Amino acid sequence: MDSGLSDRTATGRRIPLALKILIAGGFGVGKTTLVGAVSEIRPLQTEEVLTDAGVGTDDLSGVEGKRTTTVAMDFGRITINEELQVYLFGTPGQDRFWFLWDELAYGALGAVVLADTRRLADCFPSVDYFERRGIPFVVGVNCFDGAKRYSVEAVRNALDLDPAVPILLCDARSRQSGKTVLIALVEHVAQRRGDPVPAG
Amino acid sequence: MRTDPADPDHEWLDADAGPVVRPYTVTGGRVEPASGRFDLMAFVVADPPSDDGTQPPQPEQRAIIAMAQQPVAVADLAADLDLPVGVVRVLLGDMLTNGLISMYEPPASRQFPDDDILKAVVNGLRAL
Repeated sequence: MDSGLSDRTATGRRIPLALKILIAGGFGVGKTTLVGAVSEIRPLQTEEVLTDAGVGTDDLSGVEGKRTTTVAMDFGRITINEELQVYLFGTPGQDRFWFLWDELAYGALGAVVLADTRRLADCFPSVDYFERRGIPFVVGVNCFDGAKRYSVEAVRNALDLDPAVPILLCDARSRQSGKTVLIALVEHVAQRRGDPVPAG
Repeated sequence: MRTDPADPDHEWLDADAGPVVRPYTVTGGRVEPASGRFDLMAFVVADPPSDDGTQPPQPEQRAIIAMAQQPVAVADLAADLDLPVGVVRVLLGDMLTNGLISMYEPPASRQFPDDDILKAVVNGLRAL
């Protein structure tokens, strides 16, 4: 069999289950830092065929057929065990790469939206995106050194978030803090389904 | 003031200069795979080698076969080969057509994994 939904190969080897978590938020909010703090981070090149959106800024005269543009994003893997892996994808921050999000979001377990209280509006598009598609997400407020601290409730009000969406203060540089945010997301996914994950 | 160049190689060919060869050169300019879908989270496994032991001529395909002796995700292949995902998909499409690899797309239930899986993830993250 060339492909299929079987989780074993022809020789009985088990195919791991790979869960995908997106790390979103505005440019410079700490997405790369967070992915690097909790996983082995590598750049992943992805690309898209240029569409009409590129016409006008990209000179296509004399070019036959399609052209592609390459985008690098952050990509990290956490190996839970031989059969279970968690992949983190830092979503491209710039608006012109929105088209990449749909593939990244396809089949995703959920998302972490990182917010910077000095530029809270930068995370609005990410919040909108996941709300519209019904993808579970948590908001991590990255507490930069020297940034004015706001309460979780102040941020919730500013974002007009559903009360069920968890908001956490975090430090994207800290492995422990990053783990806490990811655990909150997985527990939120379970709760949204109505089956809380027992502690421990 | 003169500063020592960090890289003794040609000044124009550092990492910032980008690739010297356009990425889709290895696919002959094709941007769509000949077959298959190839989700980022799909796993690739190399099929047993043919009886005459012939290897595919392309070094990228040989590298994929070497990496896919154990199940490897499409995203991992692209990152390790330092090639765009689209290029890797075209290569995998050719290899699937030629019977060099098997593909295992993620199960449809991946987005809603059962309790045991979520519990294993939470415990695994705590143990990191």
